[in-house]
Amino acid sequence: MGPLIVNEIISENANMLFAFVIGIGFGFILEANGFSSSRRLAGMFYGYDATVLKVFFTAAIVGALGLLFLSLFGQIDLNYIYINPTYLYSAIGGGVIMGVGFILGGYCPGTSFSAVAIGKLDALAYVGGIFIGIFLFTEGFPLWEEFFNAKYLGSPLMSDVLGTSRGVFTLLLVIVALGMFWVAEKAEKRFARDDYKLNQKELKF
Amino acid sequence: MNPYVGGALLGFVLIFSFWISGRGLGASGAAKSVVVTGVKTVAPAHAENTAFYKDYLESHPKPMSSWLVFEMMGVLVGGFLSGALGGRLKFKVEKGPNVTKKTRIIFAVIGGIFFGFGSQLGRGCTSGSALTGMSVLSVGGFVTMVGIFGTAFALAYVARKLWL
Repeated sequence: MGPLIVNEIISENANMLFAFVIGIGFGFILEANGFSSSRRLAGMFYGYDATVLKVFFTAAIVGALGLLFLSLFGQIDLNYIYINPTYLYSAIGGGVIMGVGFILGGYCPGTSFSAVAIGKLDALAYVGGIFIGIFLFTEGFPLWEEFFNAKYLGSPLMSDVLGTSRGVFTLLLVIVALGMFWVAEKAEKRFARDDYKLNQKELKF
Repeated sequence: MNPYVGGALLGFVLIFSFWISGRGLGASGAAKSVVVTGVKTVAPAHAENTAFYKDYLESHPKPMSSWLVFEMMGVLVGGFLSGALGGRLKFKVEKGPNVTKKTRIIFAVIGGIFFGFGSQLGRGCTSGSALTGMSVLSVGGFVTMVGIFGTAFALAYVARKLWL
């Protein structure tokens, strides 16, 4: 029966209302996990706070497993799920540029909005930067249009590329994630800092 | 919140989004809607004569009535509610212990510029391309995820004065 919008079970307007509700859940969870803190987000890259990695990869494997199970029980048709197309060069180039922005700015776009919501002024400055960055991209588009559209691969899945099933690849992903969680727990102990408390309740945001 | 519980909850929101709307979460696309709408409002002639805006407005006649814009309005509300319940509502510049507020703000703007630009080049940010892409097993999602986190890790030493 799902996705509801594709199968016309709900109207376009209801879909927008659900977008708002889904956003509330998204923003609430980001903030409640301390993603509204740039020190927490940056902490991942220095090992003193690996919360981002734990939340991010748990969400990804729960999402992947959830889709598999919903599909298995006939609740969702995976053919109607939107899959981001892969343009290899711009995916790599965009990722690298975003990585620079992450380590300098301490946020990514979603987390910066959740931080603005609780009054973080550094996040407000960051959001201003996002608008400038997008404006530069749209204004200069002809300059990078060719790179942007190069190496188009369609919408391939990792499981197709590796010649395995979705289930097997998801299992691999879960195993890799568990390994990363283990490393993350070790890193937090190894790189703990005196001026930074992990327990979120003691963080004065 | 325990991060694994938090991650699982975020995963459930993601699944719910797929089940209802057939798509995952996102963030930077909403900022692009704002930018295009801003350009159209401030400089309508420029928007009409520039291929990028013309194409975008043809495929998105009402950029502010998009799924991602409504979702991001929800993010602001949800973040505010969580902050209010946790007693974290406060105007504050958050920074590493060894930089001034001014330095932090300057680097926040620079970081935002890079991330904003990169999110357009990479067709989505950490939410839309990396997280959502990984959960649907998209190759592009994994590539972007490795690009974002790999680069940030690689540059962590260079940027250490900002955070440590």
